[in-house]
Amino acid sequence: MAYRWKNNLTQADVTPKGMWLNRRQIMAGAVGAGLIGNVAGAADDLEPNSLEDIRSYNNYYEFGTGKSDPAENAGALDTSNWTIKVGGMVDNPGEYTLDELVGDLTEEERIYRFRCVEAWSMVVPWNGVELADVLNKVGVQSGGNYVAFETVVQPENMPGVRRNVIPFPYKEGLRMDEAMHPLTMLATGIYGEPLANQNGAPIRLVVPWKYGFKSIKSIVSINVVAEQPETTWKDINFREYGFFANVNPNVSHPRWSQATERVIGGGLFSARKDTLLYNGYDEVASLYEGMDPNALY
Amino acid sequence: MAIADHINRVSRRIPPWTIYIAALAWAGWLFWLGLSGNLGPEPINALEREYGSIALKLLIAGLCVTPLRTYFGVNLLRFRRQIGLSAFFFVVAHFSVWALLDVQSFGRVWTEIVKRPYVTVGMAALVMLIPLALTSNNASIRKLGKNWRRLHWLTYPIAVLAGIHYIWLVKGFPLEPFIYMAIIVVLLALRFLPKRKKLASKRSGQPQSAR
Repeated sequence: MAYRWKNNLTQADVTPKGMWLNRRQIMAGAVGAGLIGNVAGAADDLEPNSLEDIRSYNNYYEFGTGKSDPAENAGALDTSNWTIKVGGMVDNPGEYTLDELVGDLTEEERIYRFRCVEAWSMVVPWNGVELADVLNKVGVQSGGNYVAFETVVQPENMPGVRRNVIPFPYKEGLRMDEAMHPLTMLATGIYGEPLANQNGAPIRLVVPWKYGFKSIKSIVSINVVAEQPETTWKDINFREYGFFANVNPNVSHPRWSQATERVIGGGLFSARKDTLLYNGYDEVASLYEGMDPNALY
Repeated sequence: MAIADHINRVSRRIPPWTIYIAALAWAGWLFWLGLSGNLGPEPINALEREYGSIALKLLIAGLCVTPLRTYFGVNLLRFRRQIGLSAFFFVVAHFSVWALLDVQSFGRVWTEIVKRPYVTVGMAALVMLIPLALTSNNASIRKLGKNWRRLHWLTYPIAVLAGIHYIWLVKGFPLEPFIYMAIIVVLLALRFLPKRKKLASKRSGQPQSAR
């Protein structure tokens, strides 16, 4: 049984509600007053982004490829009567409601760095449960080496699906030890509020040491399988988006460097930040011992 | 064509330098929006994309001048220099935002230009625009004579490179970059259909003096 991950950040580190709701407005005021350097400099390494930032800058191609498209279009997503189909090599397969799947598990609040493969990053205070708890509940059978996930497809509510920007449904997967790692969670909220649709409501994966595309949104299917499952971005372009997709400053994306990242929410003159191996979550290093560092990507 | 005549009449009253004012104001306004937090939570990338997209649109607008005259009798030739120079201005603004605000290091700017093909392609377009911008004045036209036209054919490869730069940059298959590329290809193809061109201008009854 894996250890439970201890959050070394407490409620005191969470930005007060008045601040997280409108930090950008405060910043904008600061810019007007010529205080921009002060604000940017005072920002702590793990100061969570404002809820507004987190809700307005998203990749969710089912709702369009622009960063503001998901916030504009995701309102149409129907999350009522949500069920998640759990299948494959598990003891208790079936169609679970959200409450049946996670309602009785230990609720966690985790402030994680979030690093997109496009070389930008945020800090997000998630609420949810450890994926390991869910997998233990449904009972993983021996030989179940991977977990495969799928995102909901609602063509009538998803303009990106109608245009076939990428193949849908969006698919992602983890190796079983990655899925069982205590850092891996299924999130149902941010800042204690339910997830906005563009953030992957009502339930999504969060794998903080991997590029964001691994953290699949709006999950409707969890399958325990023996072989490495199909995953959307790897299948489209394996050179650019690997199966492991661990954050790694030393392995460039073929079209851009991964050595540094742009921090979202810092304004027009915010400094780039050095990217950390495993996004700073060194405790996962043992999962990849003996692997070629390039294969990590 | 009544509409064409109307456009020609109205446009004759607009001094071409107003395009420079509009371009500067537009760029400044976008910069202010970024500064004041009105370009979303990630203003660097938003501004970079806005400037790049305007540059591409102006390059395309420049390519439209000749076919508009040939096929529709709309004569906007007197604005072409201003359109072209404004395109160059937005390309430089796009590059500056990328280099200074986004990449933030000259060493890294160089590495990116050398190592990332989509950046190389964009940079090539910028470099090729420099001689065009420098010779966009009456003195150069007089001095270079026939060679001026030859030099300014570079706009065609520049437009293609800009289109490729955009396609290469996106993930997946969004529609927009391919639409831009299709427009560029059509506008260039029109140049390589000389016989049809003559036919069309005869049909529309454009007198030679309108050219």
